[in-house]
Amino acid sequence: MATESSYYVPEQSRLPIFATIGIFLMAFGAATWINGGSSYIFFAGSLAMATVLWFWFAAVIKENMQGLNSDQLKRSYVWGMGWFIFSEVMFFAAFFGALYYIRTFTLPWLGGEGDRGSSNMLWEGFQNTWPLMVTPEQAVSGDAAKVVGPKGIIDPWHLPLINTVLLLASSVTVHIAHVYLKKGNRKGFNWWLTATVALGGAFLFFQVEEYLEAYQHLGLTLESGIYGTTFFMLTGFHGMHVTLGTIMLLIMLLRSVIANHFKPDDHFGFEAASWYWHFVDVVWVGLFIFVYVLGA
Amino acid sequence: MAHGPKPGFTRWLYTTNHKDIGSMYLWFSFAMFLLGGCMALVIRAELFQPGLQIVQPGFFNQMTTMHGLIMVFGAVMPAFVGLANWMVPMMIGAPDMALPRMNNWSFWILPFAFAMLTSTLFMEGGAPDFGWTFYAPLSTEYAPPSVTFFIFAVHIMGASSIMGAINIVATILNMRAPGMTLMKMPLFVWTWLITAYLLIAVMPVLAGVVTMMLMDIHFGTSFFSAAGGGDPVLFQHVFWFFGHPEVYIMILPAFGIVSAIIPTFARKPLFGYSSMVYATASIAFLSFIVWAHHMFTVGMPIAGELFFMYATMLIAVPTGVKVFNWVTTMFRGSMTFETPMLFSIAFVILFTIGGFSGLMLAIAPADFQYHDTYFVVAHFHYVLVPGAIFSITAGVYYWLPKWTGNMYNESMGKVHFWLAFVGLNVTFFPMHFVGLAGMPRRIPDYALQFADFNQIASVGAFLFGAAQILFLFNVIRTVRGGKKATDEVWENPEGLEWSVPSPAPYHTFSTPPVVR
Repeated sequence: MATESSYYVPEQSRLPIFATIGIFLMAFGAATWINGGSSYIFFAGSLAMATVLWFWFAAVIKENMQGLNSDQLKRSYVWGMGWFIFSEVMFFAAFFGALYYIRTFTLPWLGGEGDRGSSNMLWEGFQNTWPLMVTPEQAVSGDAAKVVGPKGIIDPWHLPLINTVLLLASSVTVHIAHVYLKKGNRKGFNWWLTATVALGGAFLFFQVEEYLEAYQHLGLTLESGIYGTTFFMLTGFHGMHVTLGTIMLLIMLLRSVIANHFKPDDHFGFEAASWYWHFVDVVWVGLFIFVYVLGA
Repeated sequence: MAHGPKPGFTRWLYTTNHKDIGSMYLWFSFAMFLLGGCMALVIRAELFQPGLQIVQPGFFNQMTTMHGLIMVFGAVMPAFVGLANWMVPMMIGAPDMALPRMNNWSFWILPFAFAMLTSTLFMEGGAPDFGWTFYAPLSTEYAPPSVTFFIFAVHIMGASSIMGAINIVATILNMRAPGMTLMKMPLFVWTWLITAYLLIAVMPVLAGVVTMMLMDIHFGTSFFSAAGGGDPVLFQHVFWFFGHPEVYIMILPAFGIVSAIIPTFARKPLFGYSSMVYATASIAFLSFIVWAHHMFTVGMPIAGELFFMYATMLIAVPTGVKVFNWVTTMFRGSMTFETPMLFSIAFVILFTIGGFSGLMLAIAPADFQYHDTYFVVAHFHYVLVPGAIFSITAGVYYWLPKWTGNMYNESMGKVHFWLAFVGLNVTFFPMHFVGLAGMPRRIPDYALQFADFNQIASVGAFLFGAAQILFLFNVIRTVRGGKKATDEVWENPEGLEWSVPSPAPYHTFSTPPVVR
């Protein structure tokens, strides 16, 4: 527990109220935009939010440089980041849970099996398969159906396998970068972190390829029934997290290359980003197994 | 660090002080309590007689929905966060919250989120009208356009809650004074630590479920639509996986407050401190495996019905431990009945009644009769009004002298208590009867045979509402002046917060106190 005698409590700050305005404009703007209004409010909010975050992180870095942050205060950041990642885990859990609820309960019941098999009388002719190529509506209405299943799905042993290798490799490279950093080898750190960012970029490139294939050739879209729904929501949210993680690592790289911010024993900004990156990697392994391999 | 607050309005906008932020949370929560309360009074006024008198059925549905959302997310949760902000740093001997700027951000998101949510009342198609549980497809296919604003409002208030919870975890685990070991922490700190974990675990699931709604409504996904292979019941599972821990988020800190107040006025240490800690943790654990007891009639396999029935009944065990400990703390104590104690004793008795009706609802075959009737409304109002609201009120009376340096008016406090106590029982007790007789919830009109009890309930509701004005008046008077409070305020109360002057200085414990 070892409490030090001075815990830095910052003076008044304008950052949070501007951050509030930013996040509010983003939320209000997104709702306006989605409901058919203009997109300006959303983009104004995003710009405001990005600006505030820039100044907020700059303030924290400056305080650390000035030596205001005691070890105890740094532990608060460690706890904060750790539990933030846990909250992200629970966000993904909701979507994995939805996928497996559908596969374990809903689809067999709709197909006439098990406890609630009588629901099949509403969707006569529907058969439970996974991947779900023929939706219940298609089974009943045929060509008149609005929700049409995909014609094909992504082969796990092609692009997704490449992406698995890329992302697993990136977890190793970011770890090597960390080891170099702790040894005080800045050059090695910079190079291995560059490799990590490049691997993240390559992953995103292949994911775009995969989505293009799905939309253009396979008829696999967000709208193609529950398979498309779960596939794109899970891989899509993961892709957004990879994007964010890559940006975070890129910023850490720039901080190291341009400003030499990190010391062998004081570099939590980088460590937090690398934790986030490992988390994103673990989610991907889950996706590869449960969505791609066991879903094919 | 001896300086006080900055002058002027910007003090509140830019503050990083846990006491300022705590006060803002509490005032915001009270404003929302009055707003949600007015909506409840619209509901009770309409239900005073059978037939449609005052509002259209559509607007009635908006009122029930908004009342629930505002009370849960706007009144009860922020009030507990406000109390945590004020008390947790003082109770553990910390200078402030661990992450003070994020603390300010967590608060200020709320007024904006609720402005957005309330503005839906004036939008085309009206406010959300699908109940606070927003079941699909009512909240997806059949929802008013304002549902999009509802979804994003939930997103940002969820972000606020997660940040608030992370802040509390970091504060408690990292900023305790030397000697303040975990098992020496006051129970309010313990219950909040566990509540914060519940928040971090389930608010993201709420974000997930509203995101699924958003995608179904606007982007053609099939989560909750059987036509595409999805399932509306999936909504209920994901929602209640959030929703059940959520109701414990609204009661665990209440346990902590009552566990602080009862020993003070019984003049005995709390009976069974460690069993209280373990009971709280057990309740929190069980809250994750009982969610489907909200959905017994939805058509679950029999194994599911049985599992969720027995798991739910298990909760009675740790809760019983708590009630036993409170009663035993009072047993042979030299009791006095100041306002906070009155509210706390009422809490113990009335929360237990709510717990018993909860046990009745937990019996799956019996629930088929009670489900979605006024019996359920009676049950959860008995756990939330004398549970959450009474404990918050008790906490405010208990700590108000420490916050302001002045004593509140005791007789006015007692009048407030008795009016609220009578009002709430007159309001909610008859709902058990109409519910058992079969009156469904969320309807603006009802069969003639329910008229008598509904009239009684409506009278009680207005009485309860009026009593809160007295509370507001008493608090404002105490903030502005009154008899000076001593540093200890009460007779030998436990806890570090009583070791600092009244009112508590703007910065407490800039060097950590030593805890024996």
